[in-house]
Amino acid sequence: MGYVVEMNNIRKEFPGVVANDDITLQLEQGEIHALLGENGAGKSTLMSILFGMYQPDRGHIKVHGKEIRIANPNVANDLGIGMVHQHFKLVGNFTVTENIILGSELRKGPVLDLKTAAQRIEALSKQYGLNVDPYAKIENISVGMQQRVEIMKMLYRNAEILIFDEPTAVLTPQEIDELMKIMRNLIKEGKSIVLITHKLKEIKAVADRCTVIRRGKTIGTVEVASTSEQAMAEMMVGRNVSFKVDKKPAAPGDVVLRLEHLNVRNSKKVLGLSDFSLEVRAGEIVGIAGVEGNGQSELVEAITGLRRLESGVISYNGNDISKLSIRERIHEGIGHIPEDRQRRGLVLDYTLEENMVLEVYNKEPFAKRGILRRRAIRSYADKVLKSFDVRSGQGAVSIVRSLSGGNQQKAIIGREIELDPNLLIAVQPTRGLDVGSIEYIHKRLIEQRDKGKAVLLVSLELDEILNVSDRIAVLNHGQLVGEVAAAETNEGEIGLMMAGVQRGEGA
Amino acid sequence: MKKAIVSLLAIVLGLVAGALLMAVTGHDPIEGYRYLISGGLKNRERIGNTLATATPLILTGLSLAFSFRTGLFNIGAPGQMLFGGFCATAVGLTFDMPRALLLLAMALAAFIGGALWAFIPGLLKAKFNVHEVVSTIMMNWICYWVVYYGVPAYFKGPSLETESRLLPDKATLKTPFLTDLFNGSYVNMGLILAIIAVIVVSFIINKTTLGYELKAVGFNRDAAEYAGIAVNRGIVTSMLISGGLAGLGGLTQYAGNAANIQIGLLPSQGFDGIAVALLGASAPVGVLLSSIFFGVLYSGRGFMNAMTDIPPEIADTIIAIIIYFAATSILFERLISWISRRRGDKAAKPDKPDGLAETVKNVGKVGE
Repeated sequence: MGYVVEMNNIRKEFPGVVANDDITLQLEQGEIHALLGENGAGKSTLMSILFGMYQPDRGHIKVHGKEIRIANPNVANDLGIGMVHQHFKLVGNFTVTENIILGSELRKGPVLDLKTAAQRIEALSKQYGLNVDPYAKIENISVGMQQRVEIMKMLYRNAEILIFDEPTAVLTPQEIDELMKIMRNLIKEGKSIVLITHKLKEIKAVADRCTVIRRGKTIGTVEVASTSEQAMAEMMVGRNVSFKVDKKPAAPGDVVLRLEHLNVRNSKKVLGLSDFSLEVRAGEIVGIAGVEGNGQSELVEAITGLRRLESGVISYNGNDISKLSIRERIHEGIGHIPEDRQRRGLVLDYTLEENMVLEVYNKEPFAKRGILRRRAIRSYADKVLKSFDVRSGQGAVSIVRSLSGGNQQKAIIGREIELDPNLLIAVQPTRGLDVGSIEYIHKRLIEQRDKGKAVLLVSLELDEILNVSDRIAVLNHGQLVGEVAAAETNEGEIGLMMAGVQRGEGA
Repeated sequence: MKKAIVSLLAIVLGLVAGALLMAVTGHDPIEGYRYLISGGLKNRERIGNTLATATPLILTGLSLAFSFRTGLFNIGAPGQMLFGGFCATAVGLTFDMPRALLLLAMALAAFIGGALWAFIPGLLKAKFNVHEVVSTIMMNWICYWVVYYGVPAYFKGPSLETESRLLPDKATLKTPFLTDLFNGSYVNMGLILAIIAVIVVSFIINKTTLGYELKAVGFNRDAAEYAGIAVNRGIVTSMLISGGLAGLGGLTQYAGNAANIQIGLLPSQGFDGIAVALLGASAPVGVLLSSIFFGVLYSGRGFMNAMTDIPPEIADTIIAIIIYFAATSILFERLISWISRRRGDKAAKPDKPDGLAETVKNVGKVGE
């Protein structure tokens, strides 16, 4: 079989960085080809070149054997290349049909011909087993369904080569299975797929071949069936990695955090968390599993004081803290690694050292009588940055905006752990990080636990929840579905609970 | 550093555009600029007048710079300045005290008056998330009419309905020492007050926990909240300080450069403060330098007008163009990084050191 797309010896430089250095990617007709690499390895750049958003400095692209210059995304569209972006580009209060035809509207004279379009969408939906209702409004359908609308957009435009950019990041395990099925259907109908991911399990499950890139260079292309996950991980990271998190059994002590019947309204003024109760003990990690937007943010914000409680009691070391200010809670020993590091966790235009004292800048030795003491701040920041291996251009005086995402995250984690909190709330602590950093962060969380601290881990990554937590609580629609011991459960069970099925009900 | 280059580029481009304008309207740009500059600087008196013109600009510029640094767009400096000046005038015309005490009381009244005028929008922003641009503009007009009523009703001058009585000598900032030093110029103690304000604001912004908090709130409200900083209190505090500085600007204008207050005018220095702060990259020292530059242009344009037949509107146009370039500074930043990228590509071939860039760098150090 011939190649539908060949990207040969692609090189792309940005000021100071070589994003792609002699990368070759060859996509066969009718295969699912995984593109595997850590964050910043150059995956997105390569795909942006294929989609016409950047021009390569060197190398050439062939589509269907013909050498071609893809000057802009319109050219890519005309060539039958389509992309499902990680963050959907949909209009919330439009219907599925309206979203799909946006930009290539069917007209009957001067008016839109929605009916014909909807019929065509229905036909496509049947052909590929997508099960999309053309008349539903986007805001009323699930995230998984929205993704199918994105896929449908490409099919509607007769794309033959489909690029999926980290498509599973927002899905439940069941939805992921569904997506895999859809991808296989697409292949059956003659499409070819590039799957960008850093999740090895998915590659194993669905891909035919896998090209691994590291630091902008092609490491190799392998047959997925005959390559182990371990081997692919090593290719990606460049060294041996352990998937299993080493940890001793937990030795839970006293209750540190007790939540009783919490009701919290979300920003739409409806209950985002209802009648939620949970205990977290010293020396254990409690994981909160759930699909995004099922009450995790409300829970975390209620504990940290960022959001008002409707009713319920939050007690910390036996005292009700629900009336305390955010600062008082921090001083009581509640540390928080926030979900959105750039929005909440850091002042991006401050230097690293200024960010390292974000919560304690007004306490001695960092300030005296309202005057900042730069020297004390500097030496403290240097210490944290060193012990958490935060890498930056100019050390403590680097502007945080200039740091990579992984280093920003390590800086936050360093700051929070250095405050030595009795309760550490870590929300998505490894989102978007590479295997090496993930390993490191998990180790630090377990270290906190072993020091007798309580840790509450909120994550959308099921693997992370299963590997790191001692106990798992599952959230669905703002309610606690159930609690299980991590050692006694598995992905399937948690997945069902995440979909709202009570334990023992579904099986 | 980069910001200083941007500001200088804005100035250079503004001057070039002004030269083109003069040339197109049939005047000699070199002659025009010679008189414009010498009108602002040619002798001690003129230098004094330039500094006096710059004085209220320094304070309103600081007011705006402070609000920009803390993430607020306080467009109400004209109202705050006017109200501060009105309060100071009221104190100066009402009380009879030893001079030092009286001036201190007037300065306090000016600061509090300006702060009060900014407090209301600050509170509205903190409590109800009312955008400060809208509420401060409204406050400008409220002040306009308060003064319009207040001056004729309580402080009417002997002849004119539209101005207050003249302040007694001891209630103005004029001092023989400065007047003599600058050969009879109307420069006054307001200049000293403004320079002290530059130092104090610089200290607050860079050295204190208060400055740290307020900047954090300005840069990223969510992160400040996360860190336990009282965001709403920060917003109100920022507005109070910003308004107080504008109020002091009113003191230097109405009880320093002038000795009475007119009705029916929102002081243009309040609006120019925005330009000063932009050109000064919101840094206190930058504000000081850009105010003096504006002072030169404002006090030189009369001389240019007298000595040539170039209309004074040309000077105003140049100022407007400079403001325009300063406000669109993002374009220059892109341009600079584009040029430096091009240079990076040619790194093998060493370029000739660029004379202009060197000068700019040195000035930049002062401005930081």
